[in-house]
Amino acid sequence: MSLFDYSLKELQNKLHNKEITVSDLVSESYNRIKAVDEDVKAFLTLNEEEAINKAKQLDQQENKDSSLLFGIPLGVKDNIVTKGLRTTCGSQFLDNFHDPLYDATVVEKLQAEHTVTIGKLNMDEFAMGSSNENSSYFTTRNPWNTEYVPGGSSGGSAASVAAREVFFSLGSDTGGSIRQPAAFCGVVGLKPTYGLVSRFGLVAFASSLDQIGPITRTVEDNAHLLQAIVGNDPMDATSANVDIPTYSDAFKEDVKGMKIAVPKEYLQEGVSPEVKDAVLQALKVYEDMGATWEEVSLPHSKYAVAAYYLLASSEASANLARFDGVRYGVRSEKAENMIDMFKLSRSEGFGDEVKRRIMLGTFALSSGYYDAYYKKAQKVRTLIKNDFDKVFEDYDVIIGPTTPTPAFKVGEIIDDPLTMYANDILTIPVNLAGVPGMSIPCGFSSQGLPIGLQIIGKHFDESTIYRTAYAFEQATDHHKQKPVLGGDR
Amino acid sequence: MAEISKEQVKHVAHLARLAITDEEVETMTKQLGDIIKYAELLNELDTENVEPTTHVLDLKNVMRKDEPKKWIEKEDALKNAPDQQDGQFRVPSILE
Repeated sequence: MSLFDYSLKELQNKLHNKEITVSDLVSESYNRIKAVDEDVKAFLTLNEEEAINKAKQLDQQENKDSSLLFGIPLGVKDNIVTKGLRTTCGSQFLDNFHDPLYDATVVEKLQAEHTVTIGKLNMDEFAMGSSNENSSYFTTRNPWNTEYVPGGSSGGSAASVAAREVFFSLGSDTGGSIRQPAAFCGVVGLKPTYGLVSRFGLVAFASSLDQIGPITRTVEDNAHLLQAIVGNDPMDATSANVDIPTYSDAFKEDVKGMKIAVPKEYLQEGVSPEVKDAVLQALKVYEDMGATWEEVSLPHSKYAVAAYYLLASSEASANLARFDGVRYGVRSEKAENMIDMFKLSRSEGFGDEVKRRIMLGTFALSSGYYDAYYKKAQKVRTLIKNDFDKVFEDYDVIIGPTTPTPAFKVGEIIDDPLTMYANDILTIPVNLAGVPGMSIPCGFSSQGLPIGLQIIGKHFDESTIYRTAYAFEQATDHHKQKPVLGGDR
Repeated sequence: MAEISKEQVKHVAHLARLAITDEEVETMTKQLGDIIKYAELLNELDTENVEPTTHVLDLKNVMRKDEPKKWIEKEDALKNAPDQQDGQFRVPSILE
């Protein structure tokens, strides 16, 4: 059994009773990484020396604030800036970015809770992708079957937790990048309400959609990790100033009388029979616990992917203008003048998908096309947001699948951008509306690959999502299943 | 709306400050064309009287006091630069 099969509370008890030390937890991480990461390929950069020293330090000190996160090994997605620790965003452009100058606010907050950063996790380049195949380094593999993708873009974040290489991790979600890999890897991933978690230090992809969120093995520990990273941040002007509840209070309540909405668009064609069955089974579990569910409609769902790709790519084309080869990153050796330096550095440093999206975004924002594409997509975004507002007038949560299918094989659809984009059809509307959404394990396919259940809540109502997810977790044992990796045999 | 032409793709690449090869122009013309054709789906919707959403939260011009504070030192800011000289970023000449 891995130390990472315990809960945060159990680990803190063991630390308190001196059954284990922080150094044991950190060794558990690196030993596991040495045993299985050759197969999983979740890590881009390890922080071993620093982490071991920090563990020794923490073993000398007391957990004064009784932090549940004290000494716990954490993995960080590589688009979240870590002071002095290489941050590449999965891109060759930042291959030499060895010495970031500051920590993202979320990292600072977790340092204050005394977590130990084990390393930086692989991702699709600049978070653009749904399979991890767009990483310019290597493709992270699905721990349940290494011929399959872990999902993306936070593929490394989800795979490392499923493989017990770290206890928990941070991901980021612009159109499903936490929830989709969480579903594919059989772990718990939350995209918080837009504005709940500071984006300061998250390398921006699409600023009106990006959110950092927690990836964990269980719902309970997910709430504890979220609690540590939320809150208004003066360094992020889009960070919301709202009262923060104690998320674990949600676990005291059951789901009796809860009203669940199930959008018919989320169970339509394109959703595989196995996924549909698993979701219907889950709804049965909720019925048995005294909740009720009804079919509803989110009528503009089918427009979400098109609107998203125009909006996200437009924002990306502006955000990625900062990669100019002047202040950080790589610079082309071939350039003789300034404009060529920009062009050649960017072309050498960016991969195909990133170039494609910058091109699409630049086109959608360019003179003569702005109204037809960018503004049109913003108007459709309003319609999609209204769909959610309307359903939430009558229901507590929305439930459906996280993804239309379980994980696909590496190489299966990488050459077809539109098919790849369709993967995010059930997660994208949530980002456009800005509401929170979570994926939890709800079953397995006939091939033994995890299936994710998506629970969507009202703005800033993460507590109801946690209540809903926790009740299901208590009633089922999907989250207790473990992938078997090479090192386990 | 018209399909995207190779000339447009080259123009957009220039605007985006990307150097793309002839081969990439071919692929991009096709791929962007497909994506844009797919995006035409949005034209099914009448959005005449719909306000655009730029941002989901009801936030307006979040201001803070305009006070200088110490943050990153100049030497640190230069640390990750591909080229530097005399405490400044060094770039190829801009003027002929």
